[in-house]
Amino acid sequence: MTTMSMIKGLNEGLRRVLEDEPKSLVMGEDVGRLGGVFRVTDGLQKDFGSDRIIDTPLAESGIIGTAIGLALRGYRPICEIQFDGFVYPAFDQLVSQLAKIPNRSGGRVRLPVVVRIPYGGGIGAIEHHSESPEAYFAHTAGLKVVTCSNPNDAYWMIQQAAAGDDPVIFFEPKRRYHSKGEVDTERAGLDLYRARTLREGRTATLIAYGPTVDVAANAAAAAAEEGLDLEVIDLRSLSPIDWEPLFASVRKTGRAVVIHEAPGNIGVGAEVAARISEECFYSLESPVLRVTGYDVPYPASRLEDEYLPNLDRVLDAVDRSLEY
Amino acid sequence: MGDTPRPAKKTAKSRPKPASANEPEFVQLLTPEGQRVKHPDYDISLTDDEYRGLYRDLVITRELDAQGTALQRQGQLGLWPSLLGQEAAQVGSGRALKPQDTVFPAYRELGVQWCRGIDLISSFALFRGTDLGGRDVAADRFNMYAIVIASQTLHAAGYAMGVAMDGAVGTEDGEAVVVYHGDGATSEGDFNEALIWAGVFNSPLVLFCQNNQYAISETNARQFRLPPYRRAEGFGVPGVLVDGNDVLATYAVTQSALDRARRGEGPSLVEAYTYRMQPHTTSDDATRYRDEAELDFWRAKDPIVRYRKWLAAEGLGDESYFAEVDTEAGEQVRALRARVMALTDPEITEMFDNVYAEMPPGIAAQRAEAVEFQASLEEGSDVR
Repeated sequence: MTTMSMIKGLNEGLRRVLEDEPKSLVMGEDVGRLGGVFRVTDGLQKDFGSDRIIDTPLAESGIIGTAIGLALRGYRPICEIQFDGFVYPAFDQLVSQLAKIPNRSGGRVRLPVVVRIPYGGGIGAIEHHSESPEAYFAHTAGLKVVTCSNPNDAYWMIQQAAAGDDPVIFFEPKRRYHSKGEVDTERAGLDLYRARTLREGRTATLIAYGPTVDVAANAAAAAAEEGLDLEVIDLRSLSPIDWEPLFASVRKTGRAVVIHEAPGNIGVGAEVAARISEECFYSLESPVLRVTGYDVPYPASRLEDEYLPNLDRVLDAVDRSLEY
Repeated sequence: MGDTPRPAKKTAKSRPKPASANEPEFVQLLTPEGQRVKHPDYDISLTDDEYRGLYRDLVITRELDAQGTALQRQGQLGLWPSLLGQEAAQVGSGRALKPQDTVFPAYRELGVQWCRGIDLISSFALFRGTDLGGRDVAADRFNMYAIVIASQTLHAAGYAMGVAMDGAVGTEDGEAVVVYHGDGATSEGDFNEALIWAGVFNSPLVLFCQNNQYAISETNARQFRLPPYRRAEGFGVPGVLVDGNDVLATYAVTQSALDRARRGEGPSLVEAYTYRMQPHTTSDDATRYRDEAELDFWRAKDPIVRYRKWLAAEGLGDESYFAEVDTEAGEQVRALRARVMALTDPEITEMFDNVYAEMPPGIAAQRAEAVEFQASLEEGSDVR
C-alpha cells in the first residue's frame, strides 16, 4: 500500500502500461515536455522518448483521427484531451469513426484506443473547463465509458482500459486530482466494468460516479449522524453499466438517489432511473430521484457551488425520498 | 479563377476548339487528342504489356462502374457513386502503388480497388446494404470506404506516422501511404489537420485529391480560392497538379510522390484534375446544376479515348486487342453481377456481434431478445 494522489495514480498506471506494452503510446497536447497541464504524464517523455509520448499539434479531431490510424497500424494509443469542453472538435472522429469502424469492419478491425478526459467542475475555472460530457459518449454504441473516483481506481482502471481491445473514454474528475488515497500496487483492483458498493446501508441507495462519489460518501456520513443508514454505490463504468449491484441494492432499500454533475435532462441518471423502475418496480417505496447539474450551460465559476450537487442537495433529496 | 478553366460558350459562329485548348498548367504526358508530349519533370517508361495493362484496367473499371449504376437502376443496389470520367486518375495512381503501400479510399475508388487486386464485392455489399463494407483491411492494405468526407485523411496521417515509427521508410523499398479524397474534402477541418500532421511529423503520406470539379452540386469556386495543390505548399507539403484524365501523367506523378514518401522525404499532395461525368450518386440530379455543353467539353477529354488512340498509333494495341479487352470486361461484369445478386440479407445477429471486442451483457441480452422476438413472429405467421 502506498499513499498517492489521483494524478500520481494515473501517472504510475500509465508508466506500467508503457513498460508492459511496447505498442502503447501517449499522445496529446502538452503531454510530453510539459507533462500535461495537470502533470498526469509528468516525466513519461523523459523515460519513454518522444516517439512514445507524442506532443501533438493543437487539434482534437487530429488527435483522435491519427490515433485511429496508429491503431490500424498496430499501435495502442492513449490520447489526452486537455479539458472536457475541448473534446467536441473530435466528436466525429470519436462517434462516427472510433466507435463505428470495428463494427463497420464486421469485427475484423479492433481499435484499442483510450481517450483520457479531465472532466467536471469545482475548480473555479473559466468557461469550457468544467463540463461533464459523459452522456454523449455513453449514448454511443462502440465506445465504453468509465470514470475513476479515487487514486487506487485511477491506477488500476487506466491499466485495465489500456489492456482491452475496445475504445474507452476515460473520464478523470479533475477536482479529485489532488485527493490522496491508498493505492495497492500489488493486487489488481475490481474489474473495469464493475460498480463498487463503498458503503452498505438499508435506508436508501445513493448512486454516484467520478467527482460525486465523494459528495455521496460525505452525505452518507452526515446522514449517519442523524441515524440514516445510506448505501453508496460508485458506478465506475457508465457504458456498460453494471446493473446487478444497483438492482440488488434498490430491492433492499426501496429508494434511490442518483447524483451527477452533468445536467439531468436525458443524462446518465435518467437511464439509471428508468432501468431501476423497470427492474425494481415492486421494491420501490418512492420514485428514483436525481441530484444533478441544472439544465443550463455550466455557469460562471462564482456560481458553481450552487450549480453542482453538494451535500445539502443530496440530503434534501434523501429526505424527499423518505417523505414520499 | 485562373486555375479553373470553364467551357467556352458555344455560339453559332465559333468553331469547336481542340480539347487541349484552355487547359490549366498541369502535368500532362498525353493530350486529349492522344498526342504524347514531354514534361520537364515527369516521364514514364513502362513495358508494352504494362502499357496495354493500363488500357485493360481503364476499360474494365469503366464497365464495372457502369454495372454499379445499372444494378442500382434495377433495384439491386440502394445507391451507386459512379466514377465515370475518373478512370485515369484512379488507374494511374492505383498502378503506381507498390504491394507494400497502404490505401485509404473515400467511397468512389472502385478503380483503385481493382488495381490493387482486391475483391470488389465489399463495395457492392456496402451499397446493397447487406453489410457496412467490412473487409480484412490489414491483409488488403486497402481500408474501408469512408463516407464522412475527409475523415479518412486523418486515419491515413496516423497510419503513416506509424509506418515511419516502425522504421519502414528510408529506402527505395519503403512503405508509402496514399489517401484518396475529393475537392470538397479540402474544405473540411480534418483534411487541413491531416496536412499539418503529415507535415510536422514528415510522414510518408501522399494525399491524392481527385478534383472532379464538384462536391455534389458545388463547384470549386465554393470550396477554395487557391487550388489544393497550391494550398499544400502553405503546410510545407509539396503539391503538384496533374491531368487526371491522362493515365500516363497520373501514373508518373503519383509514382514520384510515393517514391519520395517511401524514401522518407515526407508527404506531398497530388491534385488530379478530372471530371465526374455522372451525378454525385444515383440519387443526385446533375441537370439542376450543369449543362450539356459542359459535359461535351469534358467528353472531348475522355481518358480512355485518348489512351486508345495513342496505343493504336504506337502499335501497342489493335482492334483485335481492344475487342479482347471488351470481351474480358464483359466477363468480369457478368461474374460480378452474379455475385452481387447472390448477396443475401444478413442475419439479425449481425448488428449485435461486432460492436465490441468484448460484448457487454446489455447488448448480449438485447441480441437474445431480438432473436427470440423475431422467432416468435415467424411462429405466429405459421399459425396464420
